Amino acid sequence: MSDEKVIEVKGLTKKYQNLTAVNNLDLNVYKGDVFGFLGPNGAGKSTTIRMLLTLIKPTAGDIKIFGKPLYANRNEIMRKIGAIVEKPDFYMYLSAFKNIELLGGLYGVDTSKKRLMEILDTVGLAHRHKSKVKTFSHGMKQRLGIAQALLHDPELIILDEPTTGLDPQGMKEIRELIIMLSKEKGKTVFLSSHILREVELITDRMIIINKGTTQIEGKVSELLNAEKITVTFELESSDSVENVIAESSWGNKLKAREKNEFIFDVGAEDIPAMNSFFVEKGVNVSAIIPKRSLEEYFLKITSGGAV
Amino acid sequence: MINLIGFELSKLFRKWRTYIGFLAIGVLVPIVQIVLHYEGDRFVNMALRSVQQSFMFDGNLLNGYLIGYLILQALIIHIPFLIVLVGGDILAGEATSGTYRMLLIRPVSRFKIITSKFIAGIIYTNALLAFLAFMSLIMSLIIFGSGELIVFENILYIFATDDVFWRFGMAYGYAALSMSTVFALSFLFSSLVENAIGPIVATMAIIIIFAILSALNFDALKVIRPYLFTNYIADWRLFFRDPVEIKEVINSGVVLVGHIVGLYAITLYLFIKKDILS
Repeated sequence: MSDEKVIEVKGLTKKYQNLTAVNNLDLNVYKGDVFGFLGPNGAGKSTTIRMLLTLIKPTAGDIKIFGKPLYANRNEIMRKIGAIVEKPDFYMYLSAFKNIELLGGLYGVDTSKKRLMEILDTVGLAHRHKSKVKTFSHGMKQRLGIAQALLHDPELIILDEPTTGLDPQGMKEIRELIIMLSKEKGKTVFLSSHILREVELITDRMIIINKGTTQIEGKVSELLNAEKITVTFELESSDSVENVIAESSWGNKLKAREKNEFIFDVGAEDIPAMNSFFVEKGVNVSAIIPKRSLEEYFLKITSGGAV
Repeated sequence: MINLIGFELSKLFRKWRTYIGFLAIGVLVPIVQIVLHYEGDRFVNMALRSVQQSFMFDGNLLNGYLIGYLILQALIIHIPFLIVLVGGDILAGEATSGTYRMLLIRPVSRFKIITSKFIAGIIYTNALLAFLAFMSLIMSLIIFGSGELIVFENILYIFATDDVFWRFGMAYGYAALSMSTVFALSFLFSSLVENAIGPIVATMAIIIIFAILSALNFDALKVIRPYLFTNYIADWRLFFRDPVEIKEVINSGVVLVGHIVGLYAITLYLFIKKDILS
């Protein structure tokens, strides 16, 4: 990741009469970033993406892409962006090949059969290039959506929930494709997703928004490290165990108990010491289940927890 | 821009609904021609009954020109239905299918996109009229041969064989202008909604209401009649009078062109300001 800003958004606001969809949003995406854009449904993610792609006009705020004001340099900027906005929709009565041939023609790029077949091959659709899109499954349309986004070899790729509706294998393939685009081809990727595990696996930096406002922004690794985790110890279930815990320094870390599962709010570094403690006290430990994911963090923040 | 128009035409002519108009004309016109082949003389005699006592008619009266004229007169009323089927869908169809998003994130301005769609729609409209001209006039001339054209509209006009073809050319040109106005209206409605049914119904409703208002012979309606574009749609008939009232033709033509330009400008303004939420 470099210090060069690819997307720079300041005070972005979109109001619809009484509804504020996006409120004073700031965000920065740097060259080479895989940037995660998170938020629950209705948080304003799609509205923001539509503003970045000039589909919706902001009520207020500035958007710069590649260092230039978006609206004053729209066509020049859009030439360097590939995108999927929500679900990819195509001309259903045309073949996959014809769809990307026509869309590619709007960029004035090479739309030779060889080149288009290469693109279709990248997303695993070369064998179905003659099929009309109306015969495609949702996953195939998603892959064709990626193909049309890559047609003109863009520098910035904006993907709005690209794995929605895909099976696990399809999700994995899209994840691998995004990682390949970033690592091998040096693309900057702006990824909106509600599948938080996916964002955790792919992105370098992220922002979480809720009700149109920024909740938190930063490097994924730093944000995760800042969080305490919950650890569930499955112990032999007896009242004496609870007493043992209560009398120890771990007592005040006990968050909840459900039958033989004891859930602690601790740091990852505490797990070995806790395990030793239970062994010393002669308590049988049948399982240790740490939970530390962006999902818990995300749920905590979006449900009105600590910010 | 030429690429964009090609792009739009390519999409347009790959949709089955684009061919409904061609299919309808391709079926209807031959039916009318077959019927007139067998019953045409009876029809001509009936039409000229009132003047046959005063004049004697000789020659091929049931010729390609007369049949072309009759078909144009009969079908031009219904052509707007076929035009709005495509015009109502040309923008709303993109909203319905979600392809607006795909289209409008390309490095092409909305002005160019709207203009190319508009031009593609006008090309379709003119292609349909050209097909009607081919089927109704050229085919009729091939089947029934040429001859003088008799037109009976309050006054009986008899046009010499070599004085007819240009009139048809101008009449079809004017009809294309009329139908382009219908297309422009459906195009405007198509930009406002996300389903093609609404623009189709709304355009036809306006044409029917305006046509009724144009036809009702009340003094109170005379004031508004000049402002109803439907009042000028059938003025292709002016080319089948002698002499042709050029001033009236130009006046009607200017009103229609004004409507086309105005409706396009409103559509463009609304579309450029539009938030794409589909």
